[in-house]
Amino acid sequence: MASSSVPKGTPNFPEYQTEEGRLKIFGFWVFLAAEVVLFSTLFATYLVLADRTAGGPTGKELFEVKDFMIETMLLLTSSFTCGLAVLEMRKGNKKGVFIWMIATLAMGLGFLGMEISEFVAYVHEGATLQTSAFLSGFFVLVGTHGAHVTLGVVWISLVLTQVAKRGLTPMTCRKLFIGGLYWHFLDVVWIFIFTAVYLTGLI
Amino acid sequence: MGLFNFKMPEHFIIMNNPLIIGAWISIILVSVGIVFFVTKYKKWGYLWREWFTTVDHKKIGVMYILAALLMLFRGGFDAILMRTQLALPDLKVLDAQHYNEIFTTHGTVMILFMAMPFIIGLMNVAVPLQIGARDVAFPVLNAASFWLFFVGAMIFNISFVVGGSPDAGWTNYVPLAGSDLTPGVGINYYLWGLQIAGIGTLATGVNFFVTILKMRAPGMTLLRMPMFTWSTLITSIIIIFAFPVLTVTLAMLTFDRLFGAHFFTIDAGGMPMMWANLFWIWGHPEVYIVILPAFGIFSDVISTFARKRLFGYNAMVISMVAISGLSFIVWVHHFFTMGNGPWINSVFSITTMAIAIPTGVKVFNWLFTMYKGRIETPAPMLWSLAFIPNFLIGGVTGVMLASAPADYQYHNSYFLVSHFHYVLIGGTVFGCLAGMYYWWPKIFDFKINERISKWAFWLFVVGFNLCFVPMYLVGLQGMPRRVYTYGEHMGWTTWNFVETIGAYLMGVGFMLIVWAIIYSILHEKRDRSGDPWNGRTLEWAISSPPPHYNFSRMPSRVTSADPFWDAKKRGETMFDENEPLKPIHMPNNDGMPIVLSGFMFIAGFGFVFEWLLIGFIGLLGVIGSMIWRSFKDYDADHYVQVDEIERDQAELKAALEGRS
Repeated sequence: MASSSVPKGTPNFPEYQTEEGRLKIFGFWVFLAAEVVLFSTLFATYLVLADRTAGGPTGKELFEVKDFMIETMLLLTSSFTCGLAVLEMRKGNKKGVFIWMIATLAMGLGFLGMEISEFVAYVHEGATLQTSAFLSGFFVLVGTHGAHVTLGVVWISLVLTQVAKRGLTPMTCRKLFIGGLYWHFLDVVWIFIFTAVYLTGLI
Repeated sequence: MGLFNFKMPEHFIIMNNPLIIGAWISIILVSVGIVFFVTKYKKWGYLWREWFTTVDHKKIGVMYILAALLMLFRGGFDAILMRTQLALPDLKVLDAQHYNEIFTTHGTVMILFMAMPFIIGLMNVAVPLQIGARDVAFPVLNAASFWLFFVGAMIFNISFVVGGSPDAGWTNYVPLAGSDLTPGVGINYYLWGLQIAGIGTLATGVNFFVTILKMRAPGMTLLRMPMFTWSTLITSIIIIFAFPVLTVTLAMLTFDRLFGAHFFTIDAGGMPMMWANLFWIWGHPEVYIVILPAFGIFSDVISTFARKRLFGYNAMVISMVAISGLSFIVWVHHFFTMGNGPWINSVFSITTMAIAIPTGVKVFNWLFTMYKGRIETPAPMLWSLAFIPNFLIGGVTGVMLASAPADYQYHNSYFLVSHFHYVLIGGTVFGCLAGMYYWWPKIFDFKINERISKWAFWLFVVGFNLCFVPMYLVGLQGMPRRVYTYGEHMGWTTWNFVETIGAYLMGVGFMLIVWAIIYSILHEKRDRSGDPWNGRTLEWAISSPPPHYNFSRMPSRVTSADPFWDAKKRGETMFDENEPLKPIHMPNNDGMPIVLSGFMFIAGFGFVFEWLLIGFIGLLGVIGSMIWRSFKDYDADHYVQVDEIERDQAELKAALEGRS
C-alpha cells in the first residue's frame, strides 16, 4: 500500500490510505460477490424460461441488432472512461476526474435512454411483463441491470458533488473508487446479458 | 393496478376470532403501557441515545436476542395452539383456515425471526470480543441489519391482526401461493417480511466476513480463532452465497402477484417447480446457517467445561467447510417425490448422505474433547450435553429421509416433522440457549440463576422428547403433516395426546427460562471480573460488561487457540500493562439505520396492500436516508481519550475491590 508520503502528482493509491478505506473496499468486493449470485439467479431463471413464449413474441422477433450493439458500445466505452477517471484520481488531478466521470455518466445516461425506449417499443408491440414467462424473465433480468445502472449514475453523481466540495481526499477517493468498481461490475453483467439474452435470442 | 390505487382489502382489521381479538387487546395494552411508562420515567432520550441509535455490537446483539426471545414466545404460542387442536380427534379449537395460518407463521417465525436473530445476536455479542476487535467492520451497517430484521419481523407479525396472515406454509409453494389460488395480502406479508429481513441478513454476512478476516488482534491467526468465530466466518460465506437467491426468488413471486408476471404461474409458460428449486437452493444452505454457529457454540462450551483443549481443531474446521460446500448441492432432497427422475434423485441422495460424514466427525470430536476431562455441568454445558444425543436422533433420521426411494414413504408425514424439529430444536435452539447462558455473564455482570435454569432444562428436554418421539411413530403410521384434525378411527389419538403434553412441558420450560432471567436481573450476585467460567478464549480476558471500546489495550499474547487459558497457566494476563494507553478510534452513534428502516416499513406495508404510491414513497425515503448518510459520514467517528479510559479502569478497580 502506498503511504501518504508519496509526492503529489505521482500515481499512488489514496483510496487505500486509511484503515477504513481498506475495509470498505474489501467489503465492497464481498458485496459484489453477493451481486454475482443475485444476477446468476436471474440469468438461470431467464435461461430456463427463454423458450416459454406462450405464443407471444420471441426474442428473435423483438431484438434489434443495431440498438443493442449501440447500447453495448456505450456501456463498454463508459467502463473505459471510468477507468481513466480512477487513474486521474490517483494522479491527484481533480479536473481529469470530472472530465472522465462526467463522460462516463453521460454514456450511462445514453445507455439508459436507449434501454427505456427499447422497453417502451416492446410494450407497444404487445410484449409486456404479463405476456409470457420469457418476457417476465427478460424484463426482470435486463430491468434489474438497468435499475443498477440508474442507481450507479445517481450514486456517482452524488460522490462527484462531494469531490467538488472536499477535493480528492482519501475518503472521497475511496468513494470514487468503489463507485468505479460498481460501474465495471455492471459492465461485466451487461456482457453476459449481451451474450445470453441478445445474441442467443437471435439464433 | 395503478399508482394511485388505494383499494382496501375485504378484511383490513381482523376481528373475527376471539384469539385475534385477544391479540388486539394485548397489543394495544402493551403498546400503551410501554409508551406510558417510558414517557413517565422520561426514558425516550435514553432509549434513543443508548439503544435506537447505537452502533455498539454488544448492544445490537442484546437487541437481537431480546427480539429472538419475543419471537420464540410468538412461535411457541403458535405451536401450543396447534398441539391443543391436535390433542384429541375432531377438536374445534382452530378451524382449517386458522390452522393453515398458524403452521405457516410458526415455521416462518421460528426459522427467520427466531433462530436467525438469536444466532446473529450471539455473533454480535461474542465474535468481536473473541478475535480482539473493538467493533465490527461496518458498525452503522450492523445497526441497519438489526433494524431491517426488526422491521421485517414486525411486518410479518402484524399480518395476524391487519389484513390476514399468510397461509401457504413456510415454504410458500406455488401455485398455491400465487395470486389465483391465494389472493389477498397474507402472502404479500410473507414476501415483504422476508425480503426486508433478508437484506439485513445479507449485510450481516458481509459485515462478519470482513470483520473476521481483517480485524483480528495481533497473533490471532486463522487457525487460532475460537470455533464459534470459525463457524461465524463459514456461516457468513453461506449467507453471502445463499441470501441473494432468496432476494431474487421473493422478488419474482412479488412480480407475479403484484404486476402479473409469469415466473411461477401455471399459464403463459410459468414454471411452478422453479419456486421449489429456487426456494430450497436458498433454503437448504439456510438450515446450515442456523446450525453451524450452534456447532461453534457447542465446541467452545464443551471445551470450556471439560477443561480441555478442543479435540481435533483442524478436523472441526475442515468438517465445517465440507458441510458448507455440501449444503449447496443437496436441495432436491426436499422434493424427491416431485418427479425428478431416478438419476437426479440418486445424485442428491448421495450428496445428502455425505453430509453425515463431516457431521459425524464433529460429534466424535465433541465426545473426545470430553474424554478424560474434568466435566462441570452448569446450564450452558447441560444444553450442550443434551444436544449430542438429541441431534444424533435428528441426524440419523435425516439419513433415513435422504434415501430417495424410502422418502416416498416418509415425505410430508410427521416423521419428517419430527426429524427437522430434532435437528432445529436439538441443534439450533439448544445451541442458542447454551450460547445465551454462556455469554450472558459477559454481556452483563451476572449469571442466569442455576437452580431455576436446571428445572427449566429438564422440563424442556423431557417435554421435547415426549413431544417428538411420538411424532416419528405416528408419522410411520401415516399421519401427514399440516392436517388440522384427524378421526378417532385412524388410531393416532394416544400418541397425539402425549405429544401435546410434551409441548406444554416445553412451554413451561420456556416460561421458567424467562423467569430465571427476570429473577437473576433482580437477585443474582454481581461480578465484574469478567471470567466467571474459567474461560479459555479472549472474550473472558476483559471485564463484564466490557467497556464500549472492548479492549483498552490490544491483546498482545495470542499464541494458541486457547490464548487466555494458556496465559493464565503462565500467570500472565493477555495485555502488556506497560504499554501506554492510546486514544481509541470509535464510530459515532447514528440515527440513519432506524430512520431508513422506518421508511422500509412504510414501503413494505404499502406494497403488501398493493398501494404502490405509498410503497414507492417508502423506497424513496430509504434511498434518501442513504444519501443523507453519505453526505454526513465525513464526521462519523470520534476518539475515546486516555483520561476516559483511565476513569473506566479506576471505576472497574473500585468495583472489584468493593466486592472482595
